[in-house]
Amino acid sequence: MAEAVLSIRELVVEIPTRHAVLRPVDRVSFDIAPGEILGVVGESGAGKSMTGNAVIGLLDRPAHIASGEILLNGTRIDNLTKDRLRRVRGKQIGMVFQDPLTSLNPLLPIGEQIAETILEHLPVSRAEAESRAVAALEEVGIPAAAARIGSYPHEFSGGMRQRVVIALALCAEPALVIADEPTTALDVSVQAQIIALLKQLCRERGTAVMLVTHDMGVIAEAVDRVAVMYAGRLAEIGAVRDVLTRPAHPYTTGLMASTPLASKGLKRLNQIPGAMPPLSRLPEGCAFHPRCPQAAERCRKEPGPTLAAGGGRAACWFAREPVA
Amino acid sequence: MLAFTIRRVFQSFVVLLVVGLVAFSMFRFVGDPIDNMLGQERTGADIERLRSNLGLDQPFPIQYLRFLEGAVQGNFGVSYRQGRPVADIIAERLPATLELAAVSAVLAIVFGLILGVFTAIRKDGWAANTIMTLSLVGVSLPTFLIGILLIYLFAVELNVLPSFGRGDVVDLGWWRTGFLTESGLKALILPSITLGLYQMTLIMRLVRSEMLEVLRQDYIRFARARGLREKSVLFRHALKNTLVPVITVTGLQLGSIIAFAIITETVFQWPGVGLLFINAIQFVDIPVMAAYLMLISVMFVGINLIVDMLYFVIDPRLRGDNTKATA
Amino acid sequence: MESQLSRAWQSDFMWSFRRSPTAVVSFFVVLVLVLGAVFAPLVAPHNPFDPSSLNLMNGFSKPMQPNAFTGDAFWLGTDDQGRDVFSTILYGMRISLFVGFCAVLFAMVLGVTLGLIAGYSGGTVGTVIMRIADVQLTFPAILVAMLIFGIAKGFTPVHLRDQMAIWVLIFAIGLSDWVQFARVVRGATLVERKKDYVQAASLNGRKAVGIMLRHILPNVLGPVLVIATISLALAIIAEATLSFLGVGAPPTQPSLGTLIRIGQGFLFSGEWWILFFPAVTLLVLALSVNLLGDWLRDVLNPRLR
Repeated sequence: MAEAVLSIRELVVEIPTRHAVLRPVDRVSFDIAPGEILGVVGESGAGKSMTGNAVIGLLDRPAHIASGEILLNGTRIDNLTKDRLRRVRGKQIGMVFQDPLTSLNPLLPIGEQIAETILEHLPVSRAEAESRAVAALEEVGIPAAAARIGSYPHEFSGGMRQRVVIALALCAEPALVIADEPTTALDVSVQAQIIALLKQLCRERGTAVMLVTHDMGVIAEAVDRVAVMYAGRLAEIGAVRDVLTRPAHPYTTGLMASTPLASKGLKRLNQIPGAMPPLSRLPEGCAFHPRCPQAAERCRKEPGPTLAAGGGRAACWFAREPVA
Repeated sequence: MLAFTIRRVFQSFVVLLVVGLVAFSMFRFVGDPIDNMLGQERTGADIERLRSNLGLDQPFPIQYLRFLEGAVQGNFGVSYRQGRPVADIIAERLPATLELAAVSAVLAIVFGLILGVFTAIRKDGWAANTIMTLSLVGVSLPTFLIGILLIYLFAVELNVLPSFGRGDVVDLGWWRTGFLTESGLKALILPSITLGLYQMTLIMRLVRSEMLEVLRQDYIRFARARGLREKSVLFRHALKNTLVPVITVTGLQLGSIIAFAIITETVFQWPGVGLLFINAIQFVDIPVMAAYLMLISVMFVGINLIVDMLYFVIDPRLRGDNTKATA
Repeated sequence: MESQLSRAWQSDFMWSFRRSPTAVVSFFVVLVLVLGAVFAPLVAPHNPFDPSSLNLMNGFSKPMQPNAFTGDAFWLGTDDQGRDVFSTILYGMRISLFVGFCAVLFAMVLGVTLGLIAGYSGGTVGTVIMRIADVQLTFPAILVAMLIFGIAKGFTPVHLRDQMAIWVLIFAIGLSDWVQFARVVRGATLVERKKDYVQAASLNGRKAVGIMLRHILPNVLGPVLVIATISLALAIIAEATLSFLGVGAPPTQPSLGTLIRIGQGFLFSGEWWILFFPAVTLLVLALSVNLLGDWLRDVLNPRLR
């Protein structure tokens, strides 16, 4: 494997509250290779978005990185000064947010928003930035891009706006794009188009993607590898085919069983009993044990094994392919 | 846009007609105009002549129309107290009020904006907290007490600024300005601070809360995620969005400045229309009251209209034809 | 059942009251000021409006210092006519509070009634009432009050003007302040009107209005109380402003505003106390009522505003 674009090592994000220190991200490690698309799945509150926000350095106070390292192309970026980190954002890491309706500034023309991003990161003239903005819009499939450069966000439909957002994320040619639930807020009919577009553009440029989603359909469709998160920890990580067909962690098994996938045909859907506990009331031992059909004495006392990057697949004492 | 403009202009006219009716009713029914205009020594013939001169023998709607006709031409009759045409008295005093109001408005808007943005960006800093606490006191302080306090400090104790009047003025045609002399400018300082302080506090608190709201929005987060400079995020992206709601309230505040000028002008014996109005109330000088009411209504309605139009300039969502998809 | 509920509400209410130092302090400040004003004839050392108790020689006594001529000492000094400033403040506060309370009461009755009518009858009547409210809201309340005061004064016969001034003042301030009440009550009425029991009652041919009153009034009690408290602070300031401008309480019945107007004349000659103490009293009174209103708003209806 070539050197990873993004390496996360033992990342811990903490939120101090009045009563306790919460850990929405707890010792998470993984790599993303150049051009690779990594899907990150989990229920809401599992720490997926928080991980993405930690990578681009946009954690909302009082959340902060408590320990661990984040490396971009081999360079640490978690300890950069504010201004250095700002130069990384947009330039080296592009970001796509969930809701295209609220991601764009309603008072600036879209062409202007793209041009200002290009001017911020690339050494080009104003005219050059504007012509690149048109090109970027064409690439994401905005019809008559040159004519719509002066249009405002409200003049586009939701799907078109998400295309604009993707153009914005890619316009400074970053090595990595973090897409945080990019289709959740869209109509079902355009979701597939947007995912296909994101996949195609990144493949063409060799851009790596961290695709945060809770939609297993999107995972099956678009990603190379999957990371499954539960209660702030990495539960399982592996090639998409392996994880979907032979899940190693009981949580992943449950997640698969509760997701309708066309490839699996019509089967009864099973629900995982119970709900993910809030961070303030995590059980002792493995966080999943109260809901786990295989829970044993050990699981109630000891937290599951921590996954190292490039290591084994599942953070479970009884994983089918346990930690090497 | 055009349809909207026409509708707003039409609404403004309706409001002005209603206010005109109130003003006319005051004129017609409060006290007896004849009594007010003629002294004790009068004859039946005098009364009849004046009655027909004033059109008081005509039916009510005709009288109202004639009143409106006069009002549009700036003719509001003769002051009961001064015996001069009301229009002349107002024209002579209006520049003083407008200059005072303009300086106060500029002070209020400039400092309100700066302090509002500052307290929003430095939300938890000690300076921002101090400013916010002071502003609470500022909101509870009646305007006239602020004026008296300033007079006491700067005119009585320090004796550096005048406590009343406009200082030396210069005539520019019919406009009498205090901007061109040193004493005129000095005389402006205390009254304009008094008048502007309260509005400044309101604008500041509004800008702060709107800015904090905007800073929580996704597009600000996205602007940061795009790696834009903090300066650009705050002033290009956040501030502009903050201004949309701020403009309405600020517009209305400008209207209040003209109304609150009454208080400031009384405290500082500033020879403007506000002081004129207070004296008119004291002496029940109905024509002056009616004219002042009409004048201030025109200003209010005009300001409201301009504020609505400004929305179109600043917010593209309202601009253009509303036929394009907004989904 | 009903009384148990109200007791629970009250204990909750008292609990949050005890937990807010601002509320407790403001409440006691207001209480002391109101009691001082109500019992002014008993509390005040002098009756400032009884000429026989005045001694011109006592004029311009400094606070806490014996007068140079008579040796009498006054807590807060005396004015030019030898009137005890402490006593004039107590009597002045009486006028200020009386005008404030009456104006708010008037505004409340007017606003609640018009709000009910606007909400219940809907249609043209409702629209007209709310349009008037909108137009009136465009103008600052103090300007509206001045205007109404001026017009009402015009209607008052000249020889009655000073006697009637207080009532004219109440009328003007009250009339400038009914809109908030009307808006809240109209909103609640609109919600209530759609409910089944009102529909059922009117189908039965009974008077829906009576039933609605019984249901709506308890619902709007909280917001109305909050608005009333904040309005009281505004009314006190409005009264003081009008009187200060010389278009309010007459010199024969001076309110705090009138006293400040009088005191301003002595600012340059160094008799600061004639101005200072009434001004501080007004400030403390308005601020306490304001803080109390803010606290009430947080407790009774966090969503209001």
